[in-house]
Amino acid sequence: MNEILQGLIQAFWLILSFDSELITISLRSLYVTISALIISILIAFPLAALLVVTRFQFRRAIIVMLNALMGLPPVVVGLIVYILFSRSGPFGVLGLLYTTSAMIIAQVIIITPLITSIAHQSMQALWADYRNLLISINISKMQRVVTLMWDSKRALITACLAGFGRGIGEVGAIMIVGGNIDNATRVLTTAISLETSRGDFSLALALGFVLITLAISVSFATHWFGKTERGELW
Amino acid sequence: MFPLRVSDIQINIKSKRLIGPINLQIEQNGISILLGANGSGKTTLLEALHGLRKLSAGKVEWAISHTLAAKEQTFVFQSPIMLRRTVSENLAFPLKVRQISKSVANAEVMMWAKKIGLEHKMKQQAVLLSGGEMQAIAVARALITKPKMLFLDEPTASLDGATKKTIEDILISASNDGTKIMMSTHDLGQAKRLAKDIVFMHNGIVEAHCSKEKFLTEPPSKAAKQFLAGDIVL
Repeated sequence: MNEILQGLIQAFWLILSFDSELITISLRSLYVTISALIISILIAFPLAALLVVTRFQFRRAIIVMLNALMGLPPVVVGLIVYILFSRSGPFGVLGLLYTTSAMIIAQVIIITPLITSIAHQSMQALWADYRNLLISINISKMQRVVTLMWDSKRALITACLAGFGRGIGEVGAIMIVGGNIDNATRVLTTAISLETSRGDFSLALALGFVLITLAISVSFATHWFGKTERGELW
Repeated sequence: MFPLRVSDIQINIKSKRLIGPINLQIEQNGISILLGANGSGKTTLLEALHGLRKLSAGKVEWAISHTLAAKEQTFVFQSPIMLRRTVSENLAFPLKVRQISKSVANAEVMMWAKKIGLEHKMKQQAVLLSGGEMQAIAVARALITKPKMLFLDEPTASLDGATKKTIEDILISASNDGTKIMMSTHDLGQAKRLAKDIVFMHNGIVEAHCSKEKFLTEPPSKAAKQFLAGDIVL
């Protein structure tokens, strides 16, 4: 209990004193996760909508695969990205290993199936309601996709938050591909892992509280600006 | 676009025949009423004519290409399908997807909102309105693009007298303005009020297609006689 209290106090002071290292690490965490989230959204939303409004061979197989990949072990993703981007790997020439770019790539692989699956589920339910109307109005497939995405926006925000939560809290993959290098690839989760192994539990807890505060703040901000609750529906 | 020719169409699900074989010719003028008891195949036939159902056999032919015909027709479903948007956005939707200018769209939306008596509810979420109001929006939304053909599947089945009257008046006005209307109902009174010609369906086939006067004075089949007499049609 004492350590938790100390951690809270230390977190409080770290934030209040604008600790430069904490700010750098936090900003790097946000940079990696938000970059990965933006790339994932660009892949996941159109893919989910296309899976809803089109019928093609292996469609069901793709949906099952995406659902299965939601539980993809981050350490395995990290290992695969590591092998691909290591000097002897096929993409070794890019020199991305132990950079934030490699961390972003790993996070994209981890969160894209999650966002796609949640987006697909919500748009599938909406498509069941809208299908006949959108066909009868005779609008193009692209317009159907846009309509579904627009009218599912609240569920899509939830999908983004789930992706953000998974990304910001991820440690296994980014530790392997990022290497937790000070002033280069150290983020909040890898820093917590390091401080825990050093035995500095107070600092680890402080970083943990900062991480939680960050995640909650992003969630609050998203709900606030996205107006996810509409009073008139209650 | 007219006449609409239906030749030997049949719709089966697995080995079960839902409707057919059906032969019909629908001319441009007036309101055609598709009459019949529940389960006689009215909805299936309307959906087949509109292209929402895959035909097992036969063909539906317009005087113009199917692609052009698809752009000139729309459908109102028995249960109104509302977009999760405001009344105003629901009405504007078909105009928006056809890229009609905002000023023209706004004027059309306001005119139709007044016609259906919902000009004071423009900013409300459409899904929160009553069944009758939602159906009025569905009819207005279908007519806002001035289609050449409008299919309606029992649009007033569960509505009160006043709402039924509003919708019937709108349909008569649209028909006078040149929109061909084909509407299913099992309400004989409504058929008497609206029909120019009547298509009578029983057990998945068209038993009669004739003028309203002929149908009412010389019912062409045993099932039609029972229907007109108010007996239970099996």
